[in-house]
Amino acid sequence: MLEIKNLHVTVDGTEILKGIDLTLGSGEVHAIMGPNGSGKSTLSYAIAGRDGYDVTEGEILYKGKNIIAMSPEDRAAEGIFLAFQYPVEIPGVANTTFLKEAVNAVRRYRGEDELDAMQFIRVLREKVKELGISDDLLKRAVNVGFSGGEKKRNEVLQMAVLEPTLAVLDETDSGLDIDALKIVADGVNRLRGPDRTMLVITHYQRLLDYITPDTVHVLAHGKIQRTGGKDLALELEKNGYAEFADAAA
Amino acid sequence: MTNNSAPFLTLAKNAGFSDGDPGWLKAARANGSERYTDLGLPHVKLEEWKYTNLQPLGEIAYRAVCAKDGDVAIDAIPGLGDASSGGVRLVLVNGCYRADLSDTSGLPEGVRLEPLDETLRDAPDWLEQHLGRVADASTTDRALVALNAAALNTGYVLHVAEGVVVEAPIEIVSMGGYVADAVASFPRNLVVMDEGAQANVVLTHAGSAVGEYLNNSVTEISVAQNATLRLTVLQEDAMEAANLSTTFVSVARDSVFESFTLSMGGRMTRNDTHVTLDGTGAECRLDGAYLMRGRQHCDNTTRVEHRVPNTRSDEMFKGVLDDEARAVFQGKILVERDAQQSDGQMLNKTMLLSDQAEIDTKPELEIYADDVKCSHGAASGQIDETALFYLRSRGIPEAQARNLLVQSFMGQVVERIADGNLRDMIIGKIIHWLPAACYRQEEWRAE
Repeated sequence: MLEIKNLHVTVDGTEILKGIDLTLGSGEVHAIMGPNGSGKSTLSYAIAGRDGYDVTEGEILYKGKNIIAMSPEDRAAEGIFLAFQYPVEIPGVANTTFLKEAVNAVRRYRGEDELDAMQFIRVLREKVKELGISDDLLKRAVNVGFSGGEKKRNEVLQMAVLEPTLAVLDETDSGLDIDALKIVADGVNRLRGPDRTMLVITHYQRLLDYITPDTVHVLAHGKIQRTGGKDLALELEKNGYAEFADAAA
Repeated sequence: MTNNSAPFLTLAKNAGFSDGDPGWLKAARANGSERYTDLGLPHVKLEEWKYTNLQPLGEIAYRAVCAKDGDVAIDAIPGLGDASSGGVRLVLVNGCYRADLSDTSGLPEGVRLEPLDETLRDAPDWLEQHLGRVADASTTDRALVALNAAALNTGYVLHVAEGVVVEAPIEIVSMGGYVADAVASFPRNLVVMDEGAQANVVLTHAGSAVGEYLNNSVTEISVAQNATLRLTVLQEDAMEAANLSTTFVSVARDSVFESFTLSMGGRMTRNDTHVTLDGTGAECRLDGAYLMRGRQHCDNTTRVEHRVPNTRSDEMFKGVLDDEARAVFQGKILVERDAQQSDGQMLNKTMLLSDQAEIDTKPELEIYADDVKCSHGAASGQIDETALFYLRSRGIPEAQARNLLVQSFMGQVVERIADGNLRDMIIGKIIHWLPAACYRQEEWRAE
């Protein structure tokens, strides 16, 4: 589903990712763990196609196609979704409007008919009910005045509505207390499936108590330093990232 | 002073006056002419004209409008259109009243809406008593007011008598141009709200793209005790127009003045608004939106004086500038020594869509009282790149995402318009202005 080969990414003239290799199969959940400044967010932005994250070497193959020249909107329409660490507030634009525009933009790209207001509301109600999200969240402006937990739930809702085949979750646990974390993780778990690959990026192991990964990678100094099973996360929790501190040296 | 420093004077003095005009009116013109000769056309060395250069206008060979300039073919009347159903409309073309395009039959008893010359004919004493009260030509230090007085001959009068509440919007449409040569008009308008009166006025400035036209208007507004006036200005002048509007507002005890000024048209726009809060409990809200592109220039200059205790003012101007457009915001809140417990708020924010666009903003507080609540803020910036990426990462194409963010930005000020129909109309105009408008109007709303 996703194959990253020797990926080098430069931000503002500084090389942050220095040769990443990753392979994620269909339906798999991989976790990327790493200390602050290791390049975790850079990896997520590079996959989603953010301007200013320049791929200087290597490829990102999604469904066998190199996507590095694609715009973020085309990547989204192709089924790539990034759940933001800090979801953006957009005053004056209702959450429902935003979701509908996103869904219809993706449908247009795929040559499908746009959903009218009634059809869309029907789809939305179903997802909202499934994820236990209050209607109030839909009427308000996008993320404006949302609590940390509400913002992350809104990311999960967007993911549910857009039905991506590859979801990258960037520090989904940051800023959440344990109750909010459980709710968000529960939402993510509901969206797991054989056709949906997930890349969960986190600093702390605790998220992985609730979203169990198939594979764990340790990212430090812009490179994958180790890969293992879910037990690797527990080991990191115990020993910290100290052993990777000098890995690049 | 030579004539070169005071262009327009000759044409202003030739604005087709009637010999039968009363002495006070002739005196006002003479005073205006004298003051304007002394003051000259404002130049950029004056603090209040630092960012807006009128001198190039002085090079344009305008002539004064005459009666036949009002009598041109008009295919469509801009403004509210169908939305004004039940309302009334007064249309001025190049400053001349057009009875055939106007309809004031629906006005309730106690409301006068007519061209200035009708008031001069029917109620000269009342007019003498009210005109020039807040814009006295003999003492003004404002050159444009003096120039306007020198040409004092056209304009409109709105008078709402004591206790009269006008529900439907009162529409005034001022159109310019439509003739091949450059024309200048100097309308003097008067709005008098008597005690307890209420009205909503929608003023549209528009014109043809045929020739250049200059509109140097002065509007005197007085809002008596317990009265309310809501004024919406839609400035959609033709691209080669210069619109220099000076508005004086006096707000009495427990009365309310609210305005929203949308500036979209014209090559050169100056909206100069001077509000005095003269009675305790007086309130004013001054809002505005400006959308400029190409080489358009728009200057919003406001001055709010809190003269007595317990007065409130709240001001928000937001705009979007593209290409090489330039905007100016100069806002001053003055709180006099006795005006304790006054509340004055002011905010100016501008979104720049191009590296060549420019905003000069100068919010100022001048406070002599010690127990007041005042604040001001100003900011400008580009589209937020993180927000843009956020929308695009959800599949929304870049052009649509940019538009959505402009709408989001303008929403803060547009949402302050109380009247739903007017608000929707202005939202529609903003969406229409956007490059490659993609969003349907009904989908832009937080509620």
